[in-house]
Amino acid sequence: MTRTLKLRIWRGDDKTGGLQDVTVEANHGEVVLDIIHRVQATQMGDLAVRWNCKAGKCGSCSMEINGKPRLACMTQVASYPEDEVITITPLRAFPVIKDLVTDVSFNYKKAMEIPTVSMPEGVKPGEPRMQQIDVERSQEFRKCIECFLCQDTCHVIRDHEENKKSFAGPRFFIRIAELDMHPLDTLRNRKKTAQEEHGLGMCNITKCCTEVCPEHIRITDNAIIPMKERVVDEKYDPLRWLGSKIRKREGIL
Amino acid sequence: MANLEKYSYDVVVIGAGGAGLRAAVEARDAGLSVAIVCKSLFGKAHTVMAEGGAAASMGNVNDNDNWMVHFRDTMRGGKFLNHFRMAELHAKEAPDRIWELEMWGALFDRTKEGKISQRNFGGHEYPRLAHVGDRTGLELIRTMQQRIVALQQKDLRETGDAEKNLKVFAEVTITEILKENGKVAGAYGYRRESGEEILFEAPAVVIATGGVGKTFKITSNSWEGTGDGHALALKAGANLVDMEFLQFHPTGMVWPLSVKGILVTESVRGEGGILTNSLGERFMFKYIPDVFKDKYADNEEEADRWYVDQDNNRRPPELLPRDEVARAINSEVKAGRGTEHGGVFLDVSKRLSAEIIKKRLPSMWHQFYELAGVDITKEAMEVGPTCHYVMGGVEVEPDTAAAVGVDGLFAAGEVAGGMHGSNRLGGNSLTDLLVFGRRAGMGAVEYVKSHGANPVSDATISKAAARIEAPFARTGGENAYSLHQELQEITHNLVGIIRTGEELKEAIVKIADIRKRSANISVTGDRKFNPGFHLAFDLDNMLLVAESTAKSALLREESRGGHTRDDFPGMNSTWRQVNHISSFDGEQVSIKAQPLPVLPKELFDLFDIHELEKYMTPAEIAKGGSN
Repeated sequence: MTRTLKLRIWRGDDKTGGLQDVTVEANHGEVVLDIIHRVQATQMGDLAVRWNCKAGKCGSCSMEINGKPRLACMTQVASYPEDEVITITPLRAFPVIKDLVTDVSFNYKKAMEIPTVSMPEGVKPGEPRMQQIDVERSQEFRKCIECFLCQDTCHVIRDHEENKKSFAGPRFFIRIAELDMHPLDTLRNRKKTAQEEHGLGMCNITKCCTEVCPEHIRITDNAIIPMKERVVDEKYDPLRWLGSKIRKREGIL
Repeated sequence: MANLEKYSYDVVVIGAGGAGLRAAVEARDAGLSVAIVCKSLFGKAHTVMAEGGAAASMGNVNDNDNWMVHFRDTMRGGKFLNHFRMAELHAKEAPDRIWELEMWGALFDRTKEGKISQRNFGGHEYPRLAHVGDRTGLELIRTMQQRIVALQQKDLRETGDAEKNLKVFAEVTITEILKENGKVAGAYGYRRESGEEILFEAPAVVIATGGVGKTFKITSNSWEGTGDGHALALKAGANLVDMEFLQFHPTGMVWPLSVKGILVTESVRGEGGILTNSLGERFMFKYIPDVFKDKYADNEEEADRWYVDQDNNRRPPELLPRDEVARAINSEVKAGRGTEHGGVFLDVSKRLSAEIIKKRLPSMWHQFYELAGVDITKEAMEVGPTCHYVMGGVEVEPDTAAAVGVDGLFAAGEVAGGMHGSNRLGGNSLTDLLVFGRRAGMGAVEYVKSHGANPVSDATISKAAARIEAPFARTGGENAYSLHQELQEITHNLVGIIRTGEELKEAIVKIADIRKRSANISVTGDRKFNPGFHLAFDLDNMLLVAESTAKSALLREESRGGHTRDDFPGMNSTWRQVNHISSFDGEQVSIKAQPLPVLPKELFDLFDIHELEKYMTPAEIAKGGSN
């Protein structure tokens, strides 16, 4: 049932650090976060790691396991071969604070730059009527647990600090898409600002974000590509732009 | 303390779950400056774990529903130990709070007419839970988070500074509520990232810290559920009410060990899931208590018909209130009819198609598939009770959420007591957060308007700072992780789902011993993001909570809701008139009995007198409520 696991855990801070070898027991069914907790309780009392729900719902325990951005609470130890050394490192796209904890404030700054939902005037609480099929498109994006794995893997910012200023990243492209497809939202320039202010054009749809999403949100296919297409359409076809807005307004109540 | 990070606000909200954020929105909307302080990153609070939905009698699916039906269900679920006024306010205001979320961008699942859809849940007479698949808590927290951002964007437009009047202090632990002249003056704590200390001066503090699950070994709660607010309030001179009542959710995962305790939403049963033992018996029919006999089907045929015709059939017993189902599962396992891993089977695969299961219960499918290798569209889940929710909490004035006994202190959400009585109905938690979060915000606004700033003295600051430094000054002392595990063993074995007087006495002695040893905890490493250091403070809170729970449980010589005594198995009408009030003198927790507020006549009259006879004494029935 138990197996002896060899780990390499990155320890350090914003100035210095490196991988440390650890040997620890693992039980049947355990996930990488269980192992980190055991290391914490028995060998490294001050090993820093973020986590909350341990059920894949809060998106706190994001890290890189053998180089892949993953949630530690949803990564089974058994998914690695018996003799494999598991290497655990902090998210690479964000500055390290300590050990496996990174400074993800970039994401909260980007959230602040996107106008929140804008309700039509005169609609009172309890009045909106929306069909399931119409809310489902935005609901897919609202499944996002803000683990920021998509941000971490996105090569536009992963190794390019200089792009962060002008690029919001996949998490916020789905946020913009969610609002753009929200049956009640009245802001009309969401796609345009995605392109002009948040760097949608820098994405060259390699789908890395979709691959790492633990909620299996189809970030590229359902959010980024449709927005890119419509940005292009609207740029060259004013009638189509107008038509899409009228259709959207009719769907309000 | 020359370099101490120092802030002044009108209101400090501790906790960024549903209740804290709703309180903050209310206070900011009224023009006050507000700090939100939370232990995790913004948007990660335990609210995110709520799955099934938010109960509100909007009547979108069955128009017979209204606040009176909801009120009755809530009182029944709590075995009439609820503070009637809280249950009344909750039932009346819940629909407005849900509709308000929709105006802030929430997208609930819809009915055919395009209204907010509502689903069935244990103890609710009609389909009442607004939901988004099985991730309703995420929708609630994200909507509130985005509402906070909306208010900050407004401040940015108007003042040029988004955080001028509303700022989130993430990854900060509060270690003390500060008081001057007998009134709240602020809060003190440390930044988890750096370990550096931080002072908030504020005349009003709202505690919205959630639950205590981490006091127990098997729990659905995240690491944050360490009873911080319960302990902060006790230490500040407030009371806790009815801490003996813990809800063990009947369905947590039991296997593999690593996921033991993780919640399996009640929606699985709401959507038609049935419970069976290892003999294949659908055992819940054997466990319908007398008080519920007229509302629950006693045979499979009727129970199955209910899914298509709710007006002419009684509900399946899988949908009994949580305390009943948890005890039933416990009994089956004890009688040797459990599964290999000590649970029972929960199966929804025979009722619904794979496609519908994946649509209605997506995160359950995901959770079992990824963590247990079980495909719930084809096979049964193994489930068993897990510590889920504390009904007990800070004693508050229902209308203002003001903590009894401490001026300037407010409490809302799971940390507050009274609303749910001895057992909470599923779905009532999310609307509790919103209803009483808002009321706590309103209460704080009124208080701040009539009371000015209350500056914190240097002496108070030094005292709070010394406490944080202490574990670093010691070497070779106790290990916080080991003490925490010991505490969890004690609560699990002696203060768990089934209790006896002897075991509770033993628990009280053992908890006191751990508390003594915890004064000698030492921490390795430095202050920077050091979990061992963090746990030392969390543990102190859990110990106070455990003491309060064990002592209240020893005194209550009956079984009711989330408190089951093997040596006093029955419910007792005399005990229904008693609240247990915990207070703390700096040394230990003491408990006193206090009369439960009497149901006023207009609420008394909402019930069938024969139903009330099952809960109340003949004298109470004869009196017919207060005037």
